[in-house]
Amino acid sequence: MTSPTLYALTGAALIGIGFYGLIEAQHLLRRVITFNLIGSGLFVFLGAVGARNDGFDPIPQALIITGIVVALSASALAVGLVVAHSRASGRATFPEEDEDA
Amino acid sequence: MTLIFDAMLCALTLGVALATVLGCGVFRTIVFFVVYGLLLSVAWVRLDAVDVALAEAAIGAGLTGVLFLAAFGKLTRIGVEAEPSPKRFHLPAALGCIGLSGAMAWAWFALPEPHRPTPDLSDALPRAGVENPVTAVLLNFRAWDTLLEGTVLLAALIGLWILTRDEDWHHRLGRLQHVRSGGVMESFGRLLPPVGTLVGVYLIYIGADQPGGAFQGGTVLAAVGLIAALAGLLRPPRITECSWRMALVAGPLVFLGAGVAGEVFGVGFLTLPGSIAEGAIFIIEVALGLSIAVTLALLVIGPPEGGDSE
Repeated sequence: MTSPTLYALTGAALIGIGFYGLIEAQHLLRRVITFNLIGSGLFVFLGAVGARNDGFDPIPQALIITGIVVALSASALAVGLVVAHSRASGRATFPEEDEDA
Repeated sequence: MTLIFDAMLCALTLGVALATVLGCGVFRTIVFFVVYGLLLSVAWVRLDAVDVALAEAAIGAGLTGVLFLAAFGKLTRIGVEAEPSPKRFHLPAALGCIGLSGAMAWAWFALPEPHRPTPDLSDALPRAGVENPVTAVLLNFRAWDTLLEGTVLLAALIGLWILTRDEDWHHRLGRLQHVRSGGVMESFGRLLPPVGTLVGVYLIYIGADQPGGAFQGGTVLAAVGLIAALAGLLRPPRITECSWRMALVAGPLVFLGAGVAGEVFGVGFLTLPGSIAEGAIFIIEVALGLSIAVTLALLVIGPPEGGDSE
């Protein structure tokens, strides 16, 4: 097994782990973090595609750098919304979560 | 030998990711996420993507971690109750996610093997004006992406500021930091910024030829600003300050200006002719690095929180 394959499989597993966390999470901050896990799993997968055949492909790398920066700005906005929601409602979960508990 | 290292690194990354998802307590999740980002940046070096590794270490592990820790602190101050009781294992969700990972793994083996480097790109690289192929793609060949990315950053910041409460609008961003004199934060605040500024400026400067660039360097500079703000050495600006607003838009404006100039001189929108590409990319990179630094720092500081900040 070559190392790009290893990293691609790791990326695939990270996406699954992230999705599981996103489904399971109740705390909104935890949701934002697990969403970031999915994103970085996808980046690893894309990066492994770029490193295939002992190649050096700058295009996936440029896309990933763009993606990392956009992920941070989206996370900052999401975190701002979480804080605003918590301040308004006094809780860091969505109302429907309470009915399940 | 390297395969063993890769396998161990992947296993560690997966283990830390699992701990991030399954661990109890939001604080623990954040700490594991920071560790995860650092492991991932080592993985990027192994994948021969040093530019991405720098971005991941600075943004993925660094700034994102600060962002989440700051948010955790804010939630604690608001007095939000701790995380609801530990949830039970959710079998259908777990099976679905294993299926998803399996599908991604299948896609990897089903993808056709690419030819590398792609002929178009290797033909075009000598005309890009820079040595670093990643910078060439970011600022020349796929300049559209990068220009729009700058706009996304601005849009996120505007969205964040919209969340400000009316009475806080004229206060400074974030909240006032109280630092114990002679404490760890104060000494770090004096020690790190000079070194960090040097590293950040160097990364922007060297980006044309070596791994680095506006995003990596800008992020390091943003981190310097954050440390100085946390140590109380630098007071965050107000939303209404014009000079800071100019710094926010300078990068995208210079980039857009270069694009329009290309259109005016008949080579096409956002196309840099080979003869001036080197200088143009350097100017764009400096302006973009400045704007990225300011935007990222303000994104992490968050909207003004008034009240006890003045």
